[in-house]
Amino acid sequence: MIELVVDELCIKCDRCIAICPTNVFEATESGIPAIARQEDCHTCMSCELHCPVDALYVSPRGVPDPVDKDEIVRSGLLGSYQRALGWNRARPGGSDDDPGVLLRFQRKPDPDDKVRTKLHDLSLRKYI
Amino acid sequence: MWAAISAAEAGARVVIAEKGYVGTSGPFSSANTGIYYIKPDDPVHREGTVEARLPLAFDLADKLWIERTFDQSYANLEAMARWGYKWPRNEEGKEYRGRLRGPDVLIFLRRRLQKLQVRILDHSPALELLASNGTVAGAQGINRQSGEAWRVDAGAVVLATGGTSFLSDVAGVKGNTGDGYLMAAEAGVRFSGMEFSSQYAPTAFDGVLSRGAHLDYGSLYDNNGKPITRGRQTVDAILQTGAAWAILDKAKDEDTRAMVRKTHAHIILHLERLGIDPFTQKFRIDFRSEGTIRAAGGVLIDDDLSSDVPGLFVAGDLATREKVTGAGPPGGGPAAAWAFASGSWAGRSAVTFARRIGNVAGRRTEPLGEAGLRPRHTADPALIPQELLAGIQAEMLPFDRNYWRFGPYLEASLKRFGSEWNAVRDGLAPPSAGDGGPTPRDLLRARETAAMLATARWINLSALERTETRGLHRRSDFPDLDPSQTHHLISGGLDRIWVERQPASPSLHTEQRALAS
Repeated sequence: MIELVVDELCIKCDRCIAICPTNVFEATESGIPAIARQEDCHTCMSCELHCPVDALYVSPRGVPDPVDKDEIVRSGLLGSYQRALGWNRARPGGSDDDPGVLLRFQRKPDPDDKVRTKLHDLSLRKYI
Repeated sequence: MWAAISAAEAGARVVIAEKGYVGTSGPFSSANTGIYYIKPDDPVHREGTVEARLPLAFDLADKLWIERTFDQSYANLEAMARWGYKWPRNEEGKEYRGRLRGPDVLIFLRRRLQKLQVRILDHSPALELLASNGTVAGAQGINRQSGEAWRVDAGAVVLATGGTSFLSDVAGVKGNTGDGYLMAAEAGVRFSGMEFSSQYAPTAFDGVLSRGAHLDYGSLYDNNGKPITRGRQTVDAILQTGAAWAILDKAKDEDTRAMVRKTHAHIILHLERLGIDPFTQKFRIDFRSEGTIRAAGGVLIDDDLSSDVPGLFVAGDLATREKVTGAGPPGGGPAAAWAFASGSWAGRSAVTFARRIGNVAGRRTEPLGEAGLRPRHTADPALIPQELLAGIQAEMLPFDRNYWRFGPYLEASLKRFGSEWNAVRDGLAPPSAGDGGPTPRDLLRARETAAMLATARWINLSALERTETRGLHRRSDFPDLDPSQTHHLISGGLDRIWVERQPASPSLHTEQRALAS
């Protein structure tokens, strides 16, 4: 669940309010979005991905998981989801960077698993 | 989204209304998935792709539908390539389009919708359909941020609300509450294969992201350290030894691990944030219900993705996928192909229908929403959506009730659901928040709860009728496949629910007989 909006980093763009698919955030007078309905969060992490300044942190747990802000800031976890995908400042990127398309075929499925074996053979023909 | 794209490309004026945000909603927003397609110029690939998963369809799929679905998904991917989506390439510079990154694809398609001038209503759940003389003529709902009501009068409607996991503890599903099943049933549709709905997937025990493909690089163990496989053995391990464990120990070298980190970025990030190094540490896993999400059953469809009701079309998880994946399991690749293909067809068909209707301005319409929206009697404050949901989940999530279904439990659940449904019809209404009426959130909760209750009833009635184990339907009291039950189960009704048999697609059987002789 969403745990943190780091107010020192937030640029008050309200993008998280717009893109959260479960409407967790609420605009405030200070301009820093409040986590108003944490229990509605479904841990999709879209807000982290769409934050242009990496000011949000989502815990992987499905229940509230209070975190220490300073610790999270120091840990380097802020923005780590964007970096893992190759996004940058909420701009998509990295969908063409998937070494799995080369390496996955080096591993053969269990020959007894006829369906997977057939799918494996077929995937070698999938390049366009 | 594909329905809106294909309808707009066919020249229609299109409005897309989404409970969440078009581009981040649904479980796909935090997923990488495969996608099936047929390369048009490769007969070996064509035949292989059509045949590959037939053993998992348990004689309920239709080869013609498989082929047309994966031909259409190829066309969708080809269109995405034209619009500039970037896929990985191999050493020869050839694209591998067999994988999709959810968050990238969804935002990419949103931009396409904007380019096509589709009107996008974010945070705008549909609460009900509108009808005019037995024809679906639009929809209406509420903007849950502003509280304003919205209404769209349309020549045709495509419902694509996804399946439901009954709000199980998995990521990305809180918008998927089965609203479309209820709205469609209120209009008068029938369903098919609702029993093929017991889809479960592995999650880290302390986490919520339900993903399985990364486990291809690992091993699973029961609580005594005995190796197990994904699926039934995982359930057995949890029930009989108290826990199941995983480790990605087949990704031994750093190159492979780096690849798994990229290819399965979402789940690896989740695990690492839980403090787990999945490559070197055994981590406890759970197996959680995804319900009808990427399952098989849904609204009964004709060849053009129309439902039984004129003007109403369906796409994606909401529509039955039995003709493509049979009794299931469908897997992410076929499910993604189905979402793309069925959306494209439904959008085009809706335009054809709307053109015949012509100008819809000034048509007299009536709203169709009932349960959870317009109680028959005065609101009963004792009906709390949260409590009703807990009751539904107690029947629809546990292994011994839903992974392995059991006749007497199904009967008991149907009895309980039946009386709850009557109470909901009589008196479930969102609590009023003073003079302004109910908040959008409360309004939505009541309607969503009614939708999940209705969906649970069609599922469990169909599950009771199918006295065998086949694909995504397992009965502990009938653990074997019964060849005499190679038929579809059609269901429907609201206050009086019903189920009946329908012969399986003749084309496949003709072919099988020919092969056998």
